[in-house]
Amino acid sequence: MEGVMNSAIIISILATGIRLATPYLLAALGEMFTQRSGVYNLGVEGIMMMGAFAGFFATLHLGSPLLGIIASLIIGALMGLLMALVSVTFKAEQGISGIGLYMFGWGLSGLLYRLYVGGITSIDGLKEVKIPLLSNIPFLGPIFFNQNILVYTALALVPLSGFILYKTSWGLNVRAVGNKPEAADTLGVNVVRIRYECLIVGSMLAGLAGAFLTIGQANMYADNITAGRGFIAIALVYFGRWSPWGILLGSLLFSMADSFQSMVQVLGINFPYELAVILPYVVTIVALAISFGRVWAPAALGKPFQRGTRG
Amino acid sequence: MVEKIQHLEMHGITKRFPGVLSNNNVNIHLDAGEVLAILGENGAGKTTLMNILYGLYQPDAGNISLNGKKVKINSPSEAIQLGIGMVHQHFMLVPTLTVCENVILGLSKTFLVDLKTAKKQVQEITDKYGLAINLDAYVWQLSVGEQQRVEIVKALYRGANLLILDEPTAVLTPQESNELILLLKNMSNQGNSIILISHKLNEVMAISDRVTVLRDGEVCADVNTLETSQEALARLMVGRDMAPCRRDSEFFPGKPILELQDVFAKGDMGTDALAGVSLTIREGEILGIAGVSGNGQKELAEVIGGLRKVSKGKIVLNGKESTKMAPARIIEQGLGYIPEDRLHVGTIPSFSIWENLILKDHHQPPFAKRSLLQNRVIMSHSSSLVEKYGIKTPSLETPTGRLSGGNIQRVILAREITRNPVALVAAYPTRGVDIGATEYLHSKLLEARRNGIGVLLISEDLEELTSICDRIAVLYEGKIMKVMPVEETDERLLGLLMAGIVE
Repeated sequence: MEGVMNSAIIISILATGIRLATPYLLAALGEMFTQRSGVYNLGVEGIMMMGAFAGFFATLHLGSPLLGIIASLIIGALMGLLMALVSVTFKAEQGISGIGLYMFGWGLSGLLYRLYVGGITSIDGLKEVKIPLLSNIPFLGPIFFNQNILVYTALALVPLSGFILYKTSWGLNVRAVGNKPEAADTLGVNVVRIRYECLIVGSMLAGLAGAFLTIGQANMYADNITAGRGFIAIALVYFGRWSPWGILLGSLLFSMADSFQSMVQVLGINFPYELAVILPYVVTIVALAISFGRVWAPAALGKPFQRGTRG
Repeated sequence: MVEKIQHLEMHGITKRFPGVLSNNNVNIHLDAGEVLAILGENGAGKTTLMNILYGLYQPDAGNISLNGKKVKINSPSEAIQLGIGMVHQHFMLVPTLTVCENVILGLSKTFLVDLKTAKKQVQEITDKYGLAINLDAYVWQLSVGEQQRVEIVKALYRGANLLILDEPTAVLTPQESNELILLLKNMSNQGNSIILISHKLNEVMAISDRVTVLRDGEVCADVNTLETSQEALARLMVGRDMAPCRRDSEFFPGKPILELQDVFAKGDMGTDALAGVSLTIREGEILGIAGVSGNGQKELAEVIGGLRKVSKGKIVLNGKESTKMAPARIIEQGLGYIPEDRLHVGTIPSFSIWENLILKDHHQPPFAKRSLLQNRVIMSHSSSLVEKYGIKTPSLETPTGRLSGGNIQRVILAREITRNPVALVAAYPTRGVDIGATEYLHSKLLEARRNGIGVLLISEDLEELTSICDRIAVLYEGKIMKVMPVEETDERLLGLLMAGIVE
């Protein structure tokens, strides 16, 4: 591999890695808020599919990827509202309702696509936005500062999420609700409302993650375009121990492995194709196996809140 | 903040739950600066009454008035606004937040949390009442006594001047209890009113100005503390004379039946929960383990029962090493086990009473023949146990989880003792059980002792330990501080040892 791995290739692998990390980062940060409030939403994948379709469809008909982004956020919020209704208000088993939401999203996005689009249609998606000056920094410039707006958004959300979680009153309420809802309740924190808010915000980010795939990367829609990324995002929340920086690390680890394997194929390096493709997944599983610890999880995760269960 | 509570009156409170009349025409009253104790057995309706005052339940009849004005309290936050604060028996704190964050939770309405100002305000309160707490510590790092202080600060920070405490000393060491008593006195001297829910007579006598006794949901007495006595209160509470169990002083211990030699074991967090425990329990004696829970008691019971791995050391049961035996083999060797979590570890809550009664023997004769359950034998066995152990249940088919704590404990006791064990581990057998059932459990443990069973009794209740144990060992941070005959102990000494202090 010597000689082939010159700096242009390394830059290319890293820049692609940052770009590929975006959907994981968006979806996982959203799921982090949801889980921090004590609900796990296994429907991320389905929400991403709906977001991907909504973003694609709005861009196709309205001609603007920005409107596509807005459409995906709205669809995400609606899906989040649905999940909140089922799992918070009706207190359904969260694992099951999440899987239900996933299948609903998958089915509906596929159906809508067949009904209203049909064949393969490409769109004008988001363009790279070079950041003046910064993009001229050698090596770092092309990796970090020549990306589209969703990539910047995702990266900016990392410190922002940390700030929201640890410095704002809302973040304090979220952490309390996810760890001991009955205590938060006795202090006048509205547990149901916080969980609704987290599910909606989290699902909006999942919708955005889906839109990235259609309008920020592929510039088209295909059935099952998310290809399991929503589930990997959930795993990354565990890997990142419910912290934004941990999730960033996990997302990069995974996407860099992904970027590396695709480069291996493109460059025709003599390496078994099948092994290269599973590399990112193996990295994730190994990392999860090493790092997994229930100790870090929000204590009330997965438990519907019911006032007055004390004798 | 609204005006200070000078006078509280709850009048004619009635609250019905399906099948139970929890409060029946209950009247209580309280003035500023007064400490009122509400005394009663479990199920007497104390907690229901307080939950009504705190806005968690609505009464079916009756009303509440503050300073002569009728009020309706629909939720805890409305109670807080009126100046009523409650310290729950199970603390309502978020372990992953700091003390200060817990105190201000729900009150911070600005976008950013202003921890600096909040800390100053909280500090003022802790200074006023002389409460020493590190405001930046995480709650999970605090001792139980400190957590309770955080709860009190939380209520005070919200402007409470009427404080409800639900069984506050149940989880404290004697020293911590004394500190709490001083704190409550200090608070009432500064004009706060306090309602104390309890079934512990000594603490009621020590703190309160007046006692209202509840029995079966009705007020059966309202007396000044100075004009009554522990015996009189006990009689009022139970409705009959009590004969507290005491061990007889004849004491003929036999050979060692259960031995632990330098046992180490890890806790759930991966740290050493037991760090070199050595104990010997002989036939016909009750060895008590005193200590604040969380110092290795749970792990101690579990290693003996084979439910937790021993990382170092040796356990010998009935002459055979049982360190690495599976639980089933340990049961065969003659260990009886009354676990701390009586409902979920001691029984299978959704199983009927007869199923739980044969849980350890269902696979062998006479209960099973050729893998088939022998219904007739099982039923007659079960109904005789229900009768003998006074288990109050509608039928043998009733799911065990529906019974009261005291009755579940009777089911477990019946199962464990009729198996004729050689040794019996009992972890907190009387926790949360009312006086009547406690008395019964004690008499059964003493009967087991007379029959030559070696009993290991883990408890937080020093009165219980000193009244029925032959020897007491104090467990602190996974180590045995001292083992001594009960005659050589007193509350002060045990309290110091429980706090890790050796004189």
